[in-house]
Amino acid sequence: MFLETPSKFAPLIHQARQVANEVFRPISRKYDRAEHAYPHELDMFATIMDGMNDGAGDGGAGAGKLARSGAGNGETGNRNGTNMKTVLGLIELCRGDVGLALSIPRQGLGNSAIAAVANEEQLARFGNTWAAMAITEPGAGSDSAAIRTTATEDGDHYVINGEKIYVTAGDRADAVVVWATLDRSLGRAAIKSFVVEKGTPGMTVERLEKKLGIRASDTAAIRFENCRVPKANLLGNPDISVDKGFAGAMQTFDNTRPVVAGMAIGVASAALEKTKEILSGVGLNTDYQLQTWNLPAASRELQLMEAELEAARLLTLRAAWMADNGKPNSVEASMAKAKAGRVGNRITLRCVELCSGVGYGETELLEKWSRDSKILDIFEGTQQIQLLIIARRLLGKSSAELK
Amino acid sequence: MTRDPIGMALSAMTRLAASPLLDRLGLRSSVEKTAYHGTRAGFRTIALAGREFNRVSSWLPRKKLPGKAKPALFDLALDDDQQMIVDTVGRFARDVLRENAATADEAAAIPADVFESAAELGLTLYAVPAEFGGVADSISPTTSVLIAEQLAWGDMSLAVALLAPFSVAQAISQWGTGEQQSRYLPAFCEGQPPVATIAVDEPAPLFDPMTPTTEAVPTQNGYRLNGLKHCVVLGAQSDLILVSALLHGTPKVFIIEGTQAGIELSAEATMGLRASQPARLTLNNVELPQDALLGDDTFDYQAFLDQGSLMRCGLAIGTAQAALDYTIPYCNEREAFGEPISHRQSVAFMISNLAIETDSMRLVTWRAASRAETAQTFHREACLARVLCNEKAMEIGTNAVQLLGGHGFVKEHPVERWYRDLRSVAILHGGLHA
Repeated sequence: MFLETPSKFAPLIHQARQVANEVFRPISRKYDRAEHAYPHELDMFATIMDGMNDGAGDGGAGAGKLARSGAGNGETGNRNGTNMKTVLGLIELCRGDVGLALSIPRQGLGNSAIAAVANEEQLARFGNTWAAMAITEPGAGSDSAAIRTTATEDGDHYVINGEKIYVTAGDRADAVVVWATLDRSLGRAAIKSFVVEKGTPGMTVERLEKKLGIRASDTAAIRFENCRVPKANLLGNPDISVDKGFAGAMQTFDNTRPVVAGMAIGVASAALEKTKEILSGVGLNTDYQLQTWNLPAASRELQLMEAELEAARLLTLRAAWMADNGKPNSVEASMAKAKAGRVGNRITLRCVELCSGVGYGETELLEKWSRDSKILDIFEGTQQIQLLIIARRLLGKSSAELK
Repeated sequence: MTRDPIGMALSAMTRLAASPLLDRLGLRSSVEKTAYHGTRAGFRTIALAGREFNRVSSWLPRKKLPGKAKPALFDLALDDDQQMIVDTVGRFARDVLRENAATADEAAAIPADVFESAAELGLTLYAVPAEFGGVADSISPTTSVLIAEQLAWGDMSLAVALLAPFSVAQAISQWGTGEQQSRYLPAFCEGQPPVATIAVDEPAPLFDPMTPTTEAVPTQNGYRLNGLKHCVVLGAQSDLILVSALLHGTPKVFIIEGTQAGIELSAEATMGLRASQPARLTLNNVELPQDALLGDDTFDYQAFLDQGSLMRCGLAIGTAQAALDYTIPYCNEREAFGEPISHRQSVAFMISNLAIETDSMRLVTWRAASRAETAQTFHREACLARVLCNEKAMEIGTNAVQLLGGHGFVKEHPVERWYRDLRSVAILHGGLHA
């Protein structure tokens, strides 16, 4: 048993931290204010990141590499692989800026979906495509089985009709992975994902949302009107099988939830570090103590928040470690997401409070981080959805029993 | 005689397997068990009354156990050695501790058989270097925490009592001078190890173990101690007590034998941990020799407390896990409004949070322990683990009672006991050392 960050990832963490400090932080406020402006600074960085990944001997890191690690590669023994590496990298990047991290070309959640369910031909075709993920609809959020967007077979194509909202990087990405149903009467098993490349006739970005936080990241509403995509763009198996269909698509989340948890840990770490710096600057004792009740309330709160953050971080590394080692990790991924989502939000908000006017003003980034963190307890499954997944598994309940 | 980890675990297993007593306890029907609950004479009968520890004339040099090698990778798997210990101790906790917990709590005493069969586990052997008769070839805080976790799953109160002598052996192994190790450690490797404990806590509001009011004053021949300690686990029964006191304004630890003049021990009634027989210890002009001061200049009182905290966290995790394992089937079986209460999100989400926070405590504590075990700094991690366990352990305790409703409030179910025991997590610092 050993719970330290493996030293082989130190260079990656160092690089990501440099990016956070030297690339993201200096432009963080700029793109928070200039919502919907494209952060050109990221293009060069994305190229560097591609180079880092392609050059890596152990399979690289990033959204597009997640599911390829661990399972079924014949290796035995303990592995610290792509999932852990990606989480560790994202923690550092989000210490810089969550919105910008979500805007890194070719690191979209759609890339994780492609990695999770694509066949070899599709991987080759879409491996270098920046792919966003379109699941949510105006009438279906957490209940993703209730989506109404349809995909109708027509010769060599599927014709997609419907409306998707909250598509992260939906305008900037090269393609969108769209969830649609082949037959609404067949329920969740008929839900498949389709790669729709940008510029495909019938796909229109309707608007970009104005948001509470992560303003550097564009969030698009996209309309599909008789949008024809080649049959070969259906990811995975086109058969409607009750066993696998939806579950396969949902498995993407087992790998992406720890990544989103990592984002929450990153932004909360930034807030906590800054707050400790500000408060120790005015003479607050920030030493660690076994008995904290004789400390000022703020000192105790800082230690407790750091402990909560440490718990979230280790739950997240556990989920990633399990994925790297081919162990089923649905419950652990949800535990990581639930814990990191809520403590990330709580910490960033408390840090604003502890720094008072300094925290609330826009001179510092603390108020921004407290706005950015909120989405991390919502997307990729809300807090409540995570608790539901965990409870169903622990209690052995179906979705019909525990609604 | 150095044994490798596998040999060490096998040695313990063999001792355990050879015990007809444990077999008997493990196989007993619940009726037989109830019958023997009646004989709650306490273990005092089997302890050696007024045990004395003679100075040894030719003592061995101080043995400082090394840390383990630092692995290259993050790894949550237990090694074979740890797995074997966890399985063995877990079985004992299930078959012996859990079965006796209610009776022991009620009687505020440990059934003699429990203490005797616990001795068969040979826990203290893991704390003592081979040179002094034990099996330890490196420090092992992780294994210690795992043991605490397993024992506490059975019963925190009995776990605290069984871990007190283990912890004293750990503390003397880690901090003792060669003379102190030679004098005290061999006894912990005998079939019937001494009853021993660590007295840190004092009955003061906002008590901070870093600043005890118990004071040691230098005398011509040694030290004179005055002060008051409370919640001293097995205090009245102990042959050996490690006591914290301020010496020249710096907290130190002194070794006091049970026969020492000037000490007075009286039973203390507490909310929980009743089977551990907490005692109040009065030190009234206790005259101690020079060599009663634990260790030398390298003694680190903060680290001494940090290691106790790791064990406290282990106890919290084990009891929290017990609560989770108990509330899941209860909520599935208990029906209200025509269906199991677990079909309601307000109930189910409490279960999810119980699990999340139990694992939170576990991972943060494991990290601190694994840092200690590989000889890295661990003060920060121990403090984080402690403050987290302080908060979450009680939250889990109160929510477990809540989930059982009225049934949680009565002694027919163990959760009210866990509630009382879990309250101690944030409060106590003595009695334990990893």
